[in-house]
Amino acid sequence: MRSSVIVFPGSNCDRDVAVALQNFNFKNQMVWHDESNLPKTDLVVLPGGFSYGDYLRTGCIASKSKIIDDIIKHGKKGGLILGICNGFQILIETGLLKGSLLRNKKLKFISKNVYLKVSNVNNKFCSKYGKNQTIKLPIAHNEGNFFTDDDQLKEFEDNDQIAFKYCNKDGFISSISNPNGSSNNIAGILNLEKNILGMMPHPERLIDPILSGEDGSTLFESLLKL
Amino acid sequence: MKISAVVTLKEDVLDPQGKVVNQTLKNMGFDNVVNVRQGKYFEIELNESNSEKAKNTINEICKKLLTNSVIENYTINYK
Repeated sequence: MRSSVIVFPGSNCDRDVAVALQNFNFKNQMVWHDESNLPKTDLVVLPGGFSYGDYLRTGCIASKSKIIDDIIKHGKKGGLILGICNGFQILIETGLLKGSLLRNKKLKFISKNVYLKVSNVNNKFCSKYGKNQTIKLPIAHNEGNFFTDDDQLKEFEDNDQIAFKYCNKDGFISSISNPNGSSNNIAGILNLEKNILGMMPHPERLIDPILSGEDGSTLFESLLKL
Repeated sequence: MKISAVVTLKEDVLDPQGKVVNQTLKNMGFDNVVNVRQGKYFEIELNESNSEKAKNTINEICKKLLTNSVIENYTINYK
């Protein structure tokens, strides 16, 4: 399994996710945003961070990078793309995923562990999770408030495109367990074909018992199963 | 040619920053303030004398980069 982590100026989770991928025996390479050709790869990872200092809109400038054309082609051909945190924001700005990510409802940067319900396990990213399993992952963002109109929300629900929803420890989904104001508690969404996943929580930060949990490991193990 | 563009959040999109500014103004005693929405302002200098062409370019700039059409609108002012 080959993976490519795309590095933008201001990415800061690129090496974390590279370590995670290597732990699970991915053949990983780092790809600088200014390259015009994507090397042969099965999985593209857009890492977290603050690409271009979040200028204009989060992920906006990065979404116009040279490498992006090839990433869009890769995605349209059915290649796997995982966007984490700022990577999710970049995916939204490229148009590969629909919706938008607004500033957190309470205007604060949030860095903490949250509970998530795995809403869709029929995709290559989540196949090893149990349906509706409650997992714990860290979030660390200022613009993670997922927003879209009601028609689009209905479409997401109808097409089973929601991968993760914020919930409490017991798996109960409510506004109290919603850290940032996201519509329908959405923490991660898939495209219609389910080969592109964008998520605000950081699976790469919870892959070792020494870091208080392994719920992130399951995502990488799911990808390996291909 | 100098052109300015104002990007604002659509009406039904929550604007927490605008809300905080609104509340702060009220706290400061500006009782007649009803609502505040925060946006972005751009000044763009174009090397283009044909106003029709300039208009097209600036519309394209707004659509492709300056706004996210899911949540934002824009207005253009020609000087």
